[in-house]
Amino acid sequence: MIDLIFAQTLNGLASASSLFLVACGLSIIFGVTRIVNFAHGSFYMLGAYLAFTLVTRFGPADVFGFWGGVLVAALIVAALGAIVEIVILRRIYQAPELFQLLATFGLVLMVQDIALGIWGPEDKLGPRAPGFKSFVVLMGSRFPTYELFLIVVGPIMLGLLWFLFQKTRWGTLVRAATQDREMVGALGVNQRLLFTSVFAFGAGLAALGGALQLPREAVNLHMDLSMISEAFVVVVVGGLGSVTGAYLAAVLIGIIHAFGILVFPKITLVLVFLVMAVVLVIKPYGLMGERPVGSAHAHGPVEPLLLPASFNIKLIGLAALAVLLLAPFVVADHWLLTLTELSIFALFAASLHFMMGPGGMASFGHAAYFGLGAYGAALAVKWLGMPMLPALAFAPFLAGIAGFVFGWFCVRLSGVYLAMLTLAFAQIAWATAFQWVDVTGGDNGILGIWPAPWASSKLVYYYLALAICVAAILALRVVIFAPFGYALRAGRDSPLRAEAIGLPVMRIQWIAFIIAAFAAGIAGALFAFFKGSVFPTYMAIPRSVDGLLMVLLGGVQTVSGPIVGAFAFMGLQEQLVKATMYWRFVLGASIVLLVILFPRGLVGTALAFAERRREAEPAPPVTAAPELAR
Amino acid sequence: MDRRQFVSGAALGAAALATPSLLRAQSAPIKIGEINSYTSQPAFLKPYRQGWELALEQVNAAGGVLGRKVETLFRDDAGKPEDSVRLAGELINAEKVDLLSGGFLSNVGLAIADYALQNKRLYVASEPLSDAIVWAKGNRYTFRLRPSTYMQAAMLVEEAAKLPAKKWAVVAPNYEYGQSAVKWFKELLKKAKPDVEFVAEQFPALGRIDAGATVQALEAAKPDAIFNVTFAADLSNFVRQGNTRGLFEGRTVVSMLTGEPEYLDPLGAETPVGWIVTGYPHADIQTPDHVKFRDAYKAKYNDYPRLGSVVGFDTMNAIATGIAKAGTTENEKLIDALKGLKFTSAFGPVEFRASDHQSTLGAYVGKTAIKDGKGVMVDWRYADGAKYLPSDAEVKTLRPAG
Repeated sequence: MIDLIFAQTLNGLASASSLFLVACGLSIIFGVTRIVNFAHGSFYMLGAYLAFTLVTRFGPADVFGFWGGVLVAALIVAALGAIVEIVILRRIYQAPELFQLLATFGLVLMVQDIALGIWGPEDKLGPRAPGFKSFVVLMGSRFPTYELFLIVVGPIMLGLLWFLFQKTRWGTLVRAATQDREMVGALGVNQRLLFTSVFAFGAGLAALGGALQLPREAVNLHMDLSMISEAFVVVVVGGLGSVTGAYLAAVLIGIIHAFGILVFPKITLVLVFLVMAVVLVIKPYGLMGERPVGSAHAHGPVEPLLLPASFNIKLIGLAALAVLLLAPFVVADHWLLTLTELSIFALFAASLHFMMGPGGMASFGHAAYFGLGAYGAALAVKWLGMPMLPALAFAPFLAGIAGFVFGWFCVRLSGVYLAMLTLAFAQIAWATAFQWVDVTGGDNGILGIWPAPWASSKLVYYYLALAICVAAILALRVVIFAPFGYALRAGRDSPLRAEAIGLPVMRIQWIAFIIAAFAAGIAGALFAFFKGSVFPTYMAIPRSVDGLLMVLLGGVQTVSGPIVGAFAFMGLQEQLVKATMYWRFVLGASIVLLVILFPRGLVGTALAFAERRREAEPAPPVTAAPELAR
Repeated sequence: MDRRQFVSGAALGAAALATPSLLRAQSAPIKIGEINSYTSQPAFLKPYRQGWELALEQVNAAGGVLGRKVETLFRDDAGKPEDSVRLAGELINAEKVDLLSGGFLSNVGLAIADYALQNKRLYVASEPLSDAIVWAKGNRYTFRLRPSTYMQAAMLVEEAAKLPAKKWAVVAPNYEYGQSAVKWFKELLKKAKPDVEFVAEQFPALGRIDAGATVQALEAAKPDAIFNVTFAADLSNFVRQGNTRGLFEGRTVVSMLTGEPEYLDPLGAETPVGWIVTGYPHADIQTPDHVKFRDAYKAKYNDYPRLGSVVGFDTMNAIATGIAKAGTTENEKLIDALKGLKFTSAFGPVEFRASDHQSTLGAYVGKTAIKDGKGVMVDWRYADGAKYLPSDAEVKTLRPAG
């Protein structure tokens, strides 16, 4: 037994090293630039692929060929990182918080197709490292020397990084910028150079992490996404911006993995997220993190005031609704399927926006409530024998209850920590649906959830979905402009003052969380009957990311943005999938382009533009209050 | 199969396309809506699509089916069942396809199958391995080509039962395919050899195996033999750690799908020797049907076929043969024609069983070996799918839909 414990400890330490390098780069980038870099996993994957190519070219048996290839791969990716920062990200630092996430997600999509194009679909099992090809016998079992090497690499890199950040001017600047960016800029430091170098450095670390995996893992096209979620967990568990914290967290995750499979072999799906949830509930800023100094909204434009729609905007809204109502008489039958789906996604996006925009609580796991709504409907049909309408009414309560429980924990945190806790809960919900085969059917899902006979025609179901979605979206809108909505925004903009005038900020946020979950549940239930089946993918990470993209693309600081974003993003994706097998590249490139052209989201930019035009005109009448942010 | 003789391998291509027979096919083409996870599973599905397009080209060069050209609309579901349902709706309603085909992941296949039932459309599932697709959730509108999880497990159990091993360990990806494979393997092996016991189970998350720790955990249980269900990158990582740590020394490993070129080729010189596997020894199968297929494939793509190529090629041919037999694309009649349909696959003659709509396509069972630094299968035999399927009477209890 003792030898097994020893061996598993070593295994955990070995797998922690690469994770540490990747997470550390992510953490530094976030600390300085406040960018949640989804493309970090792509840098990791590119590092591994490039290392494979270079090492094979330079000669894998040769010491210089191998290690030279690994280092050159990391340097190339660092250069790529610099280019990405200069060409894309630099243009959008002034955008609303989290907006840059859109651009990095566009990059993820592009890199997936580029890697497929360059390296082909087959996995690449790299050569073993010269000098570390064999094993040593430790306490009776064979242990690969390369794993021992990795165990040593972790602390060495930690030491080097410590030296870099504590003893060099560049490192000091990075730490200063992590603490207070504005102040560093005010003191005359070249921010542009600092940001570019930090981004390149982080990308290089990720690539090094990928390249070092070469002798122990087959390089494949799924590496990017499987690494990114784990890296985020490590960063958050360790504490944002803390290199030591990242190392501790990586070791923790690695070791828990190695032992977890001994005790609960099936729990690996969710283990890391359970750990993260526990850590965040106990230590809200991670193991080594500190409460951020200064305002959470340290950069980006000031949140514009949300105002009820003007007459003109109401007209536009009514016209759009009329178009949707009349569409069945004009367009071909099959378009109704697309429109039904888009209406459902519009409600999903609007529900996420409700907590993200006015509530100021970004969620990385909103799909949980969408999925729970879908499962609520499916379970009601399968296990309770409910007909469609009662099932539709029942389902959102499952989502709402989850919002009630998860929300209680989440509203205690803020910013990215809150977002990551929502992600953890979403993953736990996902794993439950995936693992509880007797009730949920596991990943084979629940089939045969079709609408009642009277609603089964495309036309009727379209009108049903449209009616429910429009009603729910309008209800959300009413709440935003009701006293509750103002109180919510007060809590977002200035929690201290809101508390001072007697608003229970945390409770208000909790209620908003529940409302958002409930609304997402409505969308999920409609989606279940629309598709006829439910699967764990409904609450998987990609669905949550889709929601974020819709909201951000439309404009998080507007009320109608999410609806426009849902139609734009999902519509674009659906059309591209039909048009080309390289839809990921085209979609990714379109997202990047849209982000640069519309740095406040589609609606946000349009409104800002209209606002500028109005300001250019001679003194407008007082009644036409600033038309920002609808 | 006059059509196939008519188009002898190398004579394909541009010349064949220009034959007048095509021009005579004046009525509207027969449309097949083919949905698959092309972008998320490219290693299997790129060869699949190439195999499909080869068969399509041959069918059309021979004048199409019922005097009509055959057309395929390829759609990418990106590995999401909900997207596959949307695409199925789009293909049927907008593109007016005559039938649906495809599906790689089991849940995608099940989603399309349920959609097919609801909309009364034929769906020919090519790859999804789940037993549910023809049994527990089987329906009138769904047929499946590839040998299922049950069949492949049964083929391996036949070999495993001959081994002296008593203590078994299993490692499988944690999702339906892995769980079912383990369930059937245990059940069938216990039936064949009641004195076996299973001493360790590992279920790493798909695509995320922590190979070192997994190998160590299996090693600690000191099994006599191991049943492996991991594949793709998980398999490569598992094998490398297992080789270095000596997990496979003195133990027999029985392994699902490992002999398929998609998963064997990346292993290269790392290929473990002596594993008992199901797979596809493409270079060594010299039956006339296979040689003709392989030559045509090599001529068109300048590459050897993978198992995906075979599945794509066979699915397309099965559909074409079925339509020719039915004499119509009217779905209800087409389904009646597919029940018990005999067609020629690259592995020889097979049929869609009338009782459960499963084809009797088999797999090759053999041992892994290394030849010139590459993984190959040796001592293989063709395991005819028909022998590894439950009888029609048993199917009645497994398949509520009848």
